[in-house]
Amino acid sequence: MIAHGDPATIPQATRTDMRFDTSPAPHVIAGYTVPRVMFQVLFALVPAGIAHVALFGPGLLLQLSVACVTALLAEAAALRWRDRDAAPALKDGSVLVTAFLLAFSIPPLLPWWLGALGTALAVLLGKHVFGGLGQNPFNPAMVGYAILLVSFPAEMTRWPVPMDVESTRTWSELARMSIAGFYGADLTARWDGYTGATALDSIRNGLDLRYTLPELLGRDDIAGTLGARGFAWINLAALAGGLYLMLRRIVRWHIPVAVLGGLLVPSFIAHGLDSGIALGPALQAFSGATMLAAFFIATDPVSAATSDRGRLWYGAGIGLIAWIIRTWGGYPDGFAFAVLLMNLAVPFIDRYTVPRIYGRQP
Amino acid sequence: MAARSTFHAGLALDAHKQQACGTPIVELPPPTQVVLALDQGTGYSAEPVVTVGEAVAVGTLVARTDHPSASAVHAPLAGIVVAIETREAAVQGGRSVCIVIDGDGSDRIDDSVRPVADPAALSPEELVQRLRDAGIAGLGGAGFPTATKLASARNLGAHTLVLNGAECEPWICCDDALMRSAADDIVLGALILRRAAGTVRCVIAIEDDKPAAIAAVTRAIERLRDDALTLAVVPAVYPQGAERQLITAVAGVEVPSGGLPADAGVVCQNVATAAAVARWATRGEPMLSRLVTVTGSGVAHPCNVRAPIGTPLAALIAASGGYRGKPLRLIAGGSMTGRALPSDEVGLTKAMNCVLVATRDDIGSRLGAVELPCIRCGDCADACPVGLLPQQLLRAALADAHDTLRQLGVRDCIDCGLCDYVCPSQIPLAHRFRDARRRLHEAEAMARKAADARERHDLRKRRLQAAATAEQQTFESVRDRARRPGDDSTGDTN
Repeated sequence: MIAHGDPATIPQATRTDMRFDTSPAPHVIAGYTVPRVMFQVLFALVPAGIAHVALFGPGLLLQLSVACVTALLAEAAALRWRDRDAAPALKDGSVLVTAFLLAFSIPPLLPWWLGALGTALAVLLGKHVFGGLGQNPFNPAMVGYAILLVSFPAEMTRWPVPMDVESTRTWSELARMSIAGFYGADLTARWDGYTGATALDSIRNGLDLRYTLPELLGRDDIAGTLGARGFAWINLAALAGGLYLMLRRIVRWHIPVAVLGGLLVPSFIAHGLDSGIALGPALQAFSGATMLAAFFIATDPVSAATSDRGRLWYGAGIGLIAWIIRTWGGYPDGFAFAVLLMNLAVPFIDRYTVPRIYGRQP
Repeated sequence: MAARSTFHAGLALDAHKQQACGTPIVELPPPTQVVLALDQGTGYSAEPVVTVGEAVAVGTLVARTDHPSASAVHAPLAGIVVAIETREAAVQGGRSVCIVIDGDGSDRIDDSVRPVADPAALSPEELVQRLRDAGIAGLGGAGFPTATKLASARNLGAHTLVLNGAECEPWICCDDALMRSAADDIVLGALILRRAAGTVRCVIAIEDDKPAAIAAVTRAIERLRDDALTLAVVPAVYPQGAERQLITAVAGVEVPSGGLPADAGVVCQNVATAAAVARWATRGEPMLSRLVTVTGSGVAHPCNVRAPIGTPLAALIAASGGYRGKPLRLIAGGSMTGRALPSDEVGLTKAMNCVLVATRDDIGSRLGAVELPCIRCGDCADACPVGLLPQQLLRAALADAHDTLRQLGVRDCIDCGLCDYVCPSQIPLAHRFRDARRRLHEAEAMARKAADARERHDLRKRRLQAAATAEQQTFESVRDRARRPGDDSTGDTN
């Protein structure tokens, strides 16, 4: 025991011959990890998943399992071909996020091999041809989704009629249909009239046939209990999950707010100009993939713009392109293409949105 | 006095200060030997003016310098110079020429050590020169010569002197201890520094997590009744004590990129430097000792020690009860920016404010780090106090893209380490950027050298050509004359 300040008892230098490690500063880190980020994202998808299963039957769970298995296999194979260690990459959770986002985007009735094909393409063509985690210029899940959509348009637009439409039978029948669809049975024989397009798709077709928007929205088989036939609930649940991610600071506000702004501001103006044919902001916000795209897909940091200001441009571009495709395009929903197009613009956005550095002129 | 909104971003870190700050200051008796690095932490060395075998007294000048970034070194104890040789030191590159002095146990004081009769009678220029001669250097961690900063402040007409008592880095609390115990010294030093720098006002800045220091300095200022000496309480956010960030918080101006604080009208000094100036004024003592925090889970009794410059770190650690547990890293400075030293035989430098003996408990997060690829999440950019985009800098650094590195401000990086701290991919960003700066520097030096060589080559070629042409002309004129000898008298037709 040393009595401080008493010179008599303070020992002089003792040669210890100890050698210490001289690693560079900083010597301490917060200990945040990529897996933590990824698993928080998966966790935040749970409410939307529950809503999805409750309304559209258990097809999502089947799609999730095939997507996750395929994603892990494709990741492992790709790393093996690239002569990399597979273990850390499989554990980082990023490939599971890709699998989840793709499974949430595709119809729950899709035959399993299409889900597997889309996932494999997402991981291989969307991610590993560019060099794996952190290197992909495009959102991998949207690469897989877009390939499936343009290659299998019929299968990719056939959804079950959800539980919140009065004419629907029971959830257990939805379950049987989902399993049949998963194994690739011909659904038209037994389940015809039980499947259909999404609400957005139906509205588009109705408008093409010269119906007015209020007429279409008055129909139970389009609106369901809350609007947008099933999707309104999923969007609400995705919004809840997204707000959770923002609260945990996994996702910053810039991209979601900009995506919603880019979609809702033009739709508000168009709806004000002609409410007979232009979808209003509420319907736009809670139909199709809006919330999933705003909070989970567009926010993929690897393929997004990187500064705060850049993220605002990037998100607004996605919202605006999605609105354009929904209004005039050939596809009922436009988020996959909107995200991919804005992915292309990222290097350009990043170049012109470098924030002002301390001590430099703006 | 109100806490002001400070700079862009930053982060509140675990302070780890209670360990050393709870105990009283330990006055270390003169050690048996001191190892004085001639580079006191700035990267520039003084030149020895003593020889091996020479006797020195307390305060004897042992190394002098004319370099603006190096400071004079004085013997902190009486004894004999036993070696002048390159040794491991707590400096950039890890080695410096050191003067080793064995103490003779006496407290013989050099004749040059005399109290300054009346500092107010000295002209500011004289004052700056005397501080330079006394080897006064910044005690905040950089060790930069105070006189050089004061001179540039005078030249550029700075109006505000900021005394840095923020002490934002985890573990370090020697400035806190000093402010609590010697606030009057700090205030006296502040007045001298203000006069030397020629500034109108002086602001002492302290982080709001040091209430006792704030109270002590407030009382000292009140006793003085000087309207141009005020206190600013700033939020405890890392890196509040970084020079540029503190200047922005206190004076509301930004130091221009690549410029000096004085370009923004501000000069910054550490509170401990002010106290050292007061010691010089009242006792005539050059910079012979400093207060240093000895802490970490690897020492038995963390505390603040006043020790002679050059004291081997082993002696400091012994004064703090010796090693405990399994020390893994010996860090000069705090956990964010400190330099890990290879051995405890290196001497205390003027720049060293902390000796952190770290065990796995203290640095486990770094030891266990697994690096993954960058996912561009931008957490680093959110934390960066300079407003850089480390995620983009990293790409440029890996590609060695020098123009991009310059544009994105790799040289504006203040090396605070926050990007590392928050990175979920656990990438050693600060180190990568240090590396990138070094390579950038080397490439620029190489380019300058190449341009220089090209110019020299071109000039030489031109000279040779000119000489050849001249020779040719001479030859031709001589030849012409030889062929037509009568040519000189063209008028003669006969």
